[in-house]
Amino acid sequence: MNPTVDTQLSITDLEAVYDALAQAIDQAGPERSELFLVKLALLNAQTLGSAQAVREQIERALRDL
Amino acid sequence: MHQPHAEPRRSIYYRYQVFQPWLPSAHSAPEQVPVVVVGSGPVGLTTALALAQQGVQCVVLESELQVSEGSRAIVFTRRSMEILQQVGVADRVSANGLPWRFGNSFYRGQRVFRMEGPHDADDRFFPMINLQQQYLEEYLVDACVAHPLIDFRWGNRVTALSQGVDHATLEVDTPDGTYRLQAGWVVAADGARSGIRSMMGLKLEGASYEGRFVIADIRVDLPLPTERLAFFDPEWNPGNTVLMHREPHGIWRVDYQLPADETPEQALAPESLKARIDAQLAMIGHPGVPWEMDWCSVYSARALTLPDYVQGRVLFTGDAAHMLPIFGVRGANTGFQDAQALAWRLALVVKGVAPEALLHTYSQERVGAAREIIDEAGKSTRFMTPPTRGFRLLRDAVLSLSLTEPFVGPLYHWRTSRPHEYTHSALNSLGDDNALFKCGPGRGAPPQNVCLGPDDYLLDRLDHAFQLLYFTDAAEVPSALRQVVQDFRVRGVPLRVLAVGASAPVAGADDVLADARGQLRARYGVTARGAAYLLRPDQHVCARWMSLDAERLRAALSNALAPTAGQTTISNQGA
Repeated sequence: MNPTVDTQLSITDLEAVYDALAQAIDQAGPERSELFLVKLALLNAQTLGSAQAVREQIERALRDL
Repeated sequence: MHQPHAEPRRSIYYRYQVFQPWLPSAHSAPEQVPVVVVGSGPVGLTTALALAQQGVQCVVLESELQVSEGSRAIVFTRRSMEILQQVGVADRVSANGLPWRFGNSFYRGQRVFRMEGPHDADDRFFPMINLQQQYLEEYLVDACVAHPLIDFRWGNRVTALSQGVDHATLEVDTPDGTYRLQAGWVVAADGARSGIRSMMGLKLEGASYEGRFVIADIRVDLPLPTERLAFFDPEWNPGNTVLMHREPHGIWRVDYQLPADETPEQALAPESLKARIDAQLAMIGHPGVPWEMDWCSVYSARALTLPDYVQGRVLFTGDAAHMLPIFGVRGANTGFQDAQALAWRLALVVKGVAPEALLHTYSQERVGAAREIIDEAGKSTRFMTPPTRGFRLLRDAVLSLSLTEPFVGPLYHWRTSRPHEYTHSALNSLGDDNALFKCGPGRGAPPQNVCLGPDDYLLDRLDHAFQLLYFTDAAEVPSALRQVVQDFRVRGVPLRVLAVGASAPVAGADDVLADARGQLRARYGVTARGAAYLLRPDQHVCARWMSLDAERLRAALSNALAPTAGQTTISNQGA
């Protein structure tokens, strides 16, 4: 799918991420969850280490909103 | 005086038969029976049949005079069919049901995930088969009435229960008054609103979810295959989920979630039902197609279980013991496994072959299964009916991504009911060679069916006994093993020996499976003669050996009848 990412989550890990994100959003609360998610996106971008990859992911995430 | 409804229930496809009530005035009293089964749903009747087939006399008490109202449970799993095969009604279900194996999830008109149920040439039954519950109950009733050890009593309602040290006494109301019935054991199979559970003041533990669903059965002509259809966030029901299943006789189940603030009364108002069903049919490309309502109801998702299914002389099964979210067809399909797990133990206890403590392993195994199902079902439920803002955002993000990013597809797949593996059961023999096998059903697992030839499968050959699959091509089973088999048979333990891999009769074996293609040996990971699997009467593996000897066979059988204290402790830690 994405040439800049060569590892994939297993289904079990994907489910674990799903639950952890949902719980973290609830923990942040409706006033702060957007801030939390943007911080998380920046942390992920830093780990990803590629501005181009981040721009590609932004495009993909903007689809079908 | 109990006055059950005596008019046939209304249905556009099922002809209800009203049976005559059993009246105490026509029979002699007082009575004592080994087992009374309360409730004639699929779980109660499967238990009664299995008990009778194992030689135990039982009375079935049913407060109504006819089978269930509405289609209720409509999807039966392969394991349920294997259990129904054991009690002799699977052929009628196969002949009349609709088998299937694909589930489709749709979002914004696009199919975003297709689930494929595993099905290989060694399976006799499909992953799923759809049949209305009335038919299944009818087949089970026919089999029960035909069995000389089952006394089926329509129109008999239990109104009180008291327990003694070695029996329970039931007060039973009928259309001509009450009578008392003394039972060695009572099987409570009286459903989600169990009267027995209420009388005993027992509380279910767990959670109820917010989401409410309408179930509606309609007759409509749709040119679609038998596959599960799930629609997420449809325009006519924003944020909610709609399910559809084909049933026999041109009936479709439409199952849709209600807006949070709507009452069941509002939801079941005819104009509300009509508008929503019309909208759903239009959405799938059939606007204005004529349809007719058969039956409808409202349910909510719950995940509850009793903490112990053995309460003195009363044994809980099915929905009386637990209420499970129906996403993933976990209701009746869990109940059949309860019935099968209970019946063989109760039969051995009633006959005095095994100690009453054996029944506690029923509770350990099945409460453990219910808790595991509740945990798994929670994940499905969090996707179908998100409980919080966070879970709703995640669900909506997955829906949106799924249109272009296949990696999120598996998150749509709520785990369907599967047979529980009793990996930590106290009945497993820890001194076997389980760890040495590279494949095959492990200790505690249900069996893997194997095709032995045209219309001939391994599970066809099994009955309600312990079964020793002994892999040999020799002319006889070794005398030391035959002596152990004989010793247990003398004690009253039903035990059959099936020799696998021999082309001629084998002395000491009750049946020979030639296994000419080697398929059974391959699927069971057997590489050399002298290997063996010991299956319990519910077909679960309790021991397997690369090379069986008499002492280990004796230990495994002893432990499966009366588990030792040490192993029980291990089981509790594992559960």
